[in-house]
Amino acid sequence: MFFRSKTLIGSTSAALGLLAAGGARAEWGLNFPPPAAGVAQEIFDIHMMTMGIATVLLVIVFAFVFYSLYTHRKSRGYEADQHFHETWFGHWSWVIIPVMVLGVDLTIASKADAVLKKVWEVPEGKDFLDVKVTGHQWWWEFDYLDHDIKVESRYIPEEESQELYLREVDNRLVLPNNTKVRFLHTSADVLHAFWVPELGFKKDAIPGYVTETWADLNREGVFRGQCAELCGTWHSRMPLVVEVVSEERFAEWKEEQNQLKVAALAEASADKTWSMDELMAKGKEVYDTKCAACHQVTGLGLPPAFPALKDSPVAKGPIAGHLDIVLNGKEGTAMQAWGSMNDLEIAAIVTYERNAWDNNTGDVVQPADVKQAR
Amino acid sequence: MSTTTLTHDDAHHHDAPKGWRRWLFSTNHKDIGTLYLLFALTMLFFGGASAMVVRAELFMPGIQLVDPDLYNNLVTNHALIMIFGAVMPAAAGLANWMIPMMIGAPDMALPRMNNLSFWVLPAAATMMILSFVVPFFPGGGTQINTGWTLYPPLSVQVGMSMDFLIFAIHLLGISSVLASINIIVTLLNMRAPGMTLMKMPMFCWTWLVTAFLLILVVPVLAGGVTMLLFDRHFGTSFFDAAGGGDPVLFQHLFWFFGHPEVYILLLPSIGVLSHVIPTFSRKPLFGYNSMVGAMLAVATIGMVVWAHHQYTIGMSLGAVTYFMIGTIIISIPVGLMIFNFIATMWRGSMTFETPMLFAVAIVLMFTFGGLSGVMLAVVPADMQYHDSMFVVAHFHYVLMPGAVFGLFAGVFYWLPKWTGHMYNERLAKIFFWTNVISFNITFFPQHFLGLAGMPRRIIDYNVMYTEFNVISSIGGIVFGLSHLLFLYIIISTIRGGKKAKAKAWEGAKGLEWELDSPPAFHTWTVAPTIK
Repeated sequence: MFFRSKTLIGSTSAALGLLAAGGARAEWGLNFPPPAAGVAQEIFDIHMMTMGIATVLLVIVFAFVFYSLYTHRKSRGYEADQHFHETWFGHWSWVIIPVMVLGVDLTIASKADAVLKKVWEVPEGKDFLDVKVTGHQWWWEFDYLDHDIKVESRYIPEEESQELYLREVDNRLVLPNNTKVRFLHTSADVLHAFWVPELGFKKDAIPGYVTETWADLNREGVFRGQCAELCGTWHSRMPLVVEVVSEERFAEWKEEQNQLKVAALAEASADKTWSMDELMAKGKEVYDTKCAACHQVTGLGLPPAFPALKDSPVAKGPIAGHLDIVLNGKEGTAMQAWGSMNDLEIAAIVTYERNAWDNNTGDVVQPADVKQAR
Repeated sequence: MSTTTLTHDDAHHHDAPKGWRRWLFSTNHKDIGTLYLLFALTMLFFGGASAMVVRAELFMPGIQLVDPDLYNNLVTNHALIMIFGAVMPAAAGLANWMIPMMIGAPDMALPRMNNLSFWVLPAAATMMILSFVVPFFPGGGTQINTGWTLYPPLSVQVGMSMDFLIFAIHLLGISSVLASINIIVTLLNMRAPGMTLMKMPMFCWTWLVTAFLLILVVPVLAGGVTMLLFDRHFGTSFFDAAGGGDPVLFQHLFWFFGHPEVYILLLPSIGVLSHVIPTFSRKPLFGYNSMVGAMLAVATIGMVVWAHHQYTIGMSLGAVTYFMIGTIIISIPVGLMIFNFIATMWRGSMTFETPMLFAVAIVLMFTFGGLSGVMLAVVPADMQYHDSMFVVAHFHYVLMPGAVFGLFAGVFYWLPKWTGHMYNERLAKIFFWTNVISFNITFFPQHFLGLAGMPRRIIDYNVMYTEFNVISSIGGIVFGLSHLLFLYIIISTIRGGKKAKAKAWEGAKGLEWELDSPPAFHTWTVAPTIK
């Protein structure tokens, strides 16, 4: 499960095959993908401009060096000019060269400054869609602040995502086209960074801070990126998928989300006593989504960073202690507080953990118990 | 400085002591220089081995060889070992060997401190290696999965191996500061009569500036990691927003050290080039004065642009504009240095022995890395480049040519002086070409990976990044293995070879070439006079 099933040899030959067929494959990805927002276009243009200038300078330097390497060789009988540094050029080059470099610098800096002023700060105005993006180890949370919608976004294992492995998520960040979006970045645990190349910006998610970026979306499509700041074990498994849709489709999507939310709330607040089987089924579903990244589907964890839950003193010990660690997390470790989940989900997870993998404590934790423990 | 002979027991002082005492108790700059260089060579292979595991893992998408934490641990280890274990000690080794011989001094000014500053290193290396292996023992805690930047809060989550690493950094810092003090004192007080500062060989100048940089910035790193240690164990909240601290503060402290560190790694190699290029162009260094000025400018501006490593933390418009302009301005003195090197070659009478081959490769590749550096300095564009493989490609193009190839050039240039034997030129050229070509195969494709959207420090990637990673890994393995040839050349040169003349290279100039090859155990006991 943890290591990819493909053998190294198998994948090696696959790679060589791909290389051989490389010409046929269209997407080798040599440059940034086409931008999908006005700010991204600005950024793309300045990238192309500086790269152009850098290339020209490189060619000039290489030309001089290679000319010299060819011409000024002892093997061609070239005598060293011992007075070259005493010519007028030798005397004034320390002024001439810096002035020339300064000219290039000013060209780049003035353009960069102009772009920076346009893209850096979120412009004044109220016509923004606000999305709070919270990085977690190792998933993303999107809060549509104006619409009271919350989306949790996680990577999809390779068996299901296939070619799009590490480029696809279960719930995408859906955004309406022709809209200005303000992203508010923060983190629940360690540093993360939001990076979708088509939107142009990368921004760190810092616990205790809110940083902001914005994008004036102008193209529909699915845009893929991923977490760009090392955030621990599964840094590689934090894809970001932004789906820009028409405004009508976005309205429909909002409606769907609201219905899902209402249904979940109704289920959780139903004043009923859940059976062991019901809780175990629901618990497995939630556990595999939210807990298995660290503690693994097998419950064996990845010690020492992520302890096993099978035969663990927490999962087999007092229920109160178990609930406490799930609700409040454990300081100084990657175990975060999961209190934002509803009572039913937590009850299901705790019940599942106490009975799965031969833990068999027989304990059934009800949503009401969770409510009390909060 | 007087030239009176010191009165002492000749028999006691003028022969090298025998056995392990010669090395452990050594106060001789040449022996300590050798120790530094051998230490660096050993570390080069440690750091290289971890890089090769990283490249082997990235050869294909998927997780094949190591688990993610071990991968991140290797990434961390590679950077720290290469920077603190290989490049800095190697540069210090060259300084120890060459500075007294170049300025006509009998030894370093503070020989006992010299001994201490070296012998702290093996202890530091042991600590660092322990930080890598401790997690594999029962109860050893988690692995260091933070990268060499050690950013909290991730670094607060790590187990006890982080504490080993913090103490290793303290020890390395002590070693660097002691060595720097020694070099400054030596350069300011022990120059031969008549050798004014502006007549000092350029290698000495570069080290003078490097030593000042080290003394200024290493304590900041030591302070930063100490605060990290306190956050981890003593309940402080320097870097914890929940306790009123600031995770970004660590980044500022780290890069206040980390950016000048780049110039600390670079400058000694610039010094080596300033000797190698004139020697093999048979023409004096073009623009000695402007070289000194450019170097001082690089060091000064380099101290105040650190936050360009953290454009994405959400600084104000004013702050990022300042750091952007400051960073772009660095291209002026660096451009002047490159220009001076090219102007030294221009209308020279060049031959291409291995040190010169490396020098030419450095001029070309460092220019390339410098230009991608200007691209990275542009804040809006860096919003894309930041923390992508483009950055990895950039800093390897700066640090390999800028630091490591410069040290290789220095080793080949002075090896005849140190050992008294000429190295095997044919093998050395084979080494040069394998090394430089495989380097470019390794790192050039990483620019494309970064632009296509591959972040750095990920163990697993989507199939769309496969092709360039395969190319890069093949290059990386060849590049890594090519250093075995380097090792072989060094060992065989130490053991024997064609006798080297006092002036091993036709165009070489400087006091060190007036001494025998190999030089006596003590040299310049009577200081030469410089006209």
